[in-house]
Amino acid sequence: MFQQNISSLAQQLRNKELSSVELTRAFLDRIAQIDGQLNSFITVSEHTALEQAAAADKILSEGKGSSLTGIPIAHKDLFCTQDILTTSGSKMLHNFVPPYESTVTQRLAEAGTVMLGKTNMDEFAMGSSNENSFFGAVKNPWNLDKVPGGSSGGSAAAVAAGLVVAATGTDTGGSIRQPASFCGITGLKPTYGRVSRFGMIAYASSLDQAGPMAKSAEDCAHIMQSIAGFDEKDSTSSENKTDNYLNSLNTPLTGLKIGLPKEYFGEGLDADVAKVIMDAVAEFEKLGATVKEISLPNLQLSIPSYYVIAPSEASSNLSRFDGVRFGHRCDDAKDLLDMYTRTRAEGFGAEVQKRIMVGTYALSEGYYDAYYLKAQRIRRLIKQDFVAALDEVDVIMGPVAPTTAFGLGSKTNDPVAMYLEDIYTLSANLAGIPAMSVPAGFADNMPVGLHIMGNYFAEAKLLNVAHQFQQHTDWHLQSPAMIKGAQE
Amino acid sequence: MNWEVVIGLEIHAQLSTQSKLFSGAPIGFGAEPNTQTALVDLGMPGALPVFNKEALRMAVMFGHAVNAEIGMTSVFARKNYFYPDLPKGYQTSQMDHPIVGKGYLDVTLDDGTTSRVGITRAHLEEDAGKSLHEDFQGMTGIDLNRSSTPLLEIVSEPDIRSAKEAVAYVKMIHSIVTYLGICDGNMAEGSMRCDVNISLRPKGQQEYGTRTEIKNVNSFRFIEKAIYTEIERQADILEDGGRITQETRLYDPEKNETRSMRSKEDANDYRYFPCPDLLPVVLTQEYVDQIKTTLPELPSQKAARFQSEHSLSEYDAAVLSSSREMADYFESANDIVKDAKLTANWVMGELSKLLNQAQLEIAHSPVNAKAFGELLQRIKDNTINGKTAKDVFQLMWEGEGSADDIIEAKGLKQVTDTGAIEAMIQTILDANSAQVEQYRAAEPDKQKKMIGFFVGQVMKASQGKANPGIVNPILAKMLKG
Repeated sequence: MFQQNISSLAQQLRNKELSSVELTRAFLDRIAQIDGQLNSFITVSEHTALEQAAAADKILSEGKGSSLTGIPIAHKDLFCTQDILTTSGSKMLHNFVPPYESTVTQRLAEAGTVMLGKTNMDEFAMGSSNENSFFGAVKNPWNLDKVPGGSSGGSAAAVAAGLVVAATGTDTGGSIRQPASFCGITGLKPTYGRVSRFGMIAYASSLDQAGPMAKSAEDCAHIMQSIAGFDEKDSTSSENKTDNYLNSLNTPLTGLKIGLPKEYFGEGLDADVAKVIMDAVAEFEKLGATVKEISLPNLQLSIPSYYVIAPSEASSNLSRFDGVRFGHRCDDAKDLLDMYTRTRAEGFGAEVQKRIMVGTYALSEGYYDAYYLKAQRIRRLIKQDFVAALDEVDVIMGPVAPTTAFGLGSKTNDPVAMYLEDIYTLSANLAGIPAMSVPAGFADNMPVGLHIMGNYFAEAKLLNVAHQFQQHTDWHLQSPAMIKGAQE
Repeated sequence: MNWEVVIGLEIHAQLSTQSKLFSGAPIGFGAEPNTQTALVDLGMPGALPVFNKEALRMAVMFGHAVNAEIGMTSVFARKNYFYPDLPKGYQTSQMDHPIVGKGYLDVTLDDGTTSRVGITRAHLEEDAGKSLHEDFQGMTGIDLNRSSTPLLEIVSEPDIRSAKEAVAYVKMIHSIVTYLGICDGNMAEGSMRCDVNISLRPKGQQEYGTRTEIKNVNSFRFIEKAIYTEIERQADILEDGGRITQETRLYDPEKNETRSMRSKEDANDYRYFPCPDLLPVVLTQEYVDQIKTTLPELPSQKAARFQSEHSLSEYDAAVLSSSREMADYFESANDIVKDAKLTANWVMGELSKLLNQAQLEIAHSPVNAKAFGELLQRIKDNTINGKTAKDVFQLMWEGEGSADDIIEAKGLKQVTDTGAIEAMIQTILDANSAQVEQYRAAEPDKQKKMIGFFVGQVMKASQGKANPGIVNPILAKMLKG
């Protein structure tokens, strides 16, 4: 039950072999049984989940609903959910219950999904290991001594451990793809603007994008069917027509042109990870694809560019957390300044404070041109690199991360090493293109994700490429030992 | 020393949109605190702004009205600072790419001279909320109803050289925005607020002196007084050999003084950067041109037409066109009277007098333009004279009915029968034979003064109903004997 895909579960629900209430109950029990080891949930919304499941069963009994009706999922805890605690992994919002619903969660609720709860994450989505959560680190289900990746680490761990069928995540610099890679699941960061940001607690507005995290490309396609598309509440959401993400999954890959950027295979890449990626590429050649080396010359600049732009936007986005209207407020403030400074010093964790300071500095008078404007110029160069490359090839492939999941605590005192984790993922956010992580094998018993990047609004193409790979490999069907032990 | 004052103005005009600049929340003055707010106006996490296209249209109209370049690509930027009534921790404004670029206005002063004031730019921005410091037992209340209300900030060049010129400029901006219908111009409610930048320099010097900025001066009269006060303060400092500190000051109308709010050193670093939640606003030439065709006749155009079409003086034309309501009233009344000079005199005279006494706007005049025109028509066709007309107007004002009803009911119709007038004059001449003798013995230029006595007697005898145009020649002839 816990490793089945959406299509299979949808069929059983429709055929009354299974009710959504039974399915939901089973997953809730499993969360209760296992999540103590993983800490992948901040909130389990049992009551709401069972209500939604009963409603879904009613819809299904009338022969209505979609393939998502009755399917238990979870949301990263930065999607605002009406009347349900939404923390963004921060003490600042430890008591914040929004009176409104994000567009992503709204659309999935309208499709009939059952929300089991809200998943753990790095505070305000800042981190690559999920160790920056006020609610404690998340453990990797493949090895409880290792990180699940971040910032959508709770969603990735929950999907990998079979605690949910699928989950939502957000990706500002790799926060869907890197945890998907570390936990051996499939994750898609759509084109910037493809999915509405309304109701997503912002980290860096020009980079943030929500997307699906699931066991397969096909499951991701089911989720995309529901969440993609223009939203009048988000001015940066695209009015481009959405594709049908399920229809093109089975298009053969004959003639697919794959580009391998040489910069993705240089110094710093673990040799075992490189081998997994090259084996996966060889699999695509068997499916009729052709491969050529390409160059993305400004890749190295994506780290400095990102770590100026994202903190700059964050420093402004997080100004609203001032203790005046909601969230944490310090006790016994002497005056306004005291309230501001202590509220923010107490409410934000170290990484968040660091990024606010970096961003404030980068935007300040006299430094703006040297940092923010220069970072934006680099961003344009990176975008041009991708546009030029995607003129020659259909998709770009490489590793998602230089290594497999690292040990808990092993990089917490080395911020530069931590930031280098994102070297392969940041550029897709800076350029705004869609990108996926697809399970492609193992190195040292830990999952390795294949990175597939494509042109603007080519989500259907990426899902097709990933799905074809998954039709011919079984990496995405592997599950961690802790699952096998607990299964059926 | 002989100082030259240099003034530049920043005017915030609140645009009369139905809803806010970045949300669908309604805008209204005087609503219960925090009842006119959407999620984004409250700075709720995850809430996003959506730009109100109506504010865009209004800003482009203003740009056309001040002969300005329109920003074909304008960009919203965040101005970051912490304040409890600024819920997002930043104000969304425009910095490098405003919607309205360089323009100008030709400002006419009371003495009839005209000077050109450059407009640097006008940009769209959202207003903040309000902090309420009373009635909260030592705490501060926050009302976010005003949060995200659209403002057009109109920045002038430092081209203004006197307090009078500054006031004339602000009045002109006021009349333009109200003519365009993009701002209600209500300064008391804060719909138009003014920041005044002032510096002094010795006459003839090229470089500007150090300036101070007086924040939020909220009436034409206070603008003038604040400028005089600040000029005096700066001149005193400079003449004592001191230096002006660049700072923001506040004008206190009760004490008629300005005092320091914060110096430049305390000023915030606003860390402006383009707002990533809003796309750049890109206009087409077609859109910009289309809006130009919707512009109403502007005050300066109307004044010029009043001069050419109605042969009014420059002063009369300027006064009558200063507000759209007054110009419309004048034109409607004159459509009936067809005597622009007479109508102009009465609008600017008797009507304005009664409006001022009652502290009413012309739009709320108890006598509408049509009834007013009908009254003036009775002067023109000699049914009543001007003096009687004032009495009739007073009765109309008090709701006694139309001019014709009142003239009829009170029997105020002028006597125009020459036979009756001759008889009346004869009676008066007989009763005042001594004065008649004196008159006949006097020099002709003395006679001109003396005739007034007889005219007065005739009017008295006729209870004001004798037509002076008929009385005067007959009287002159009969006095000759």
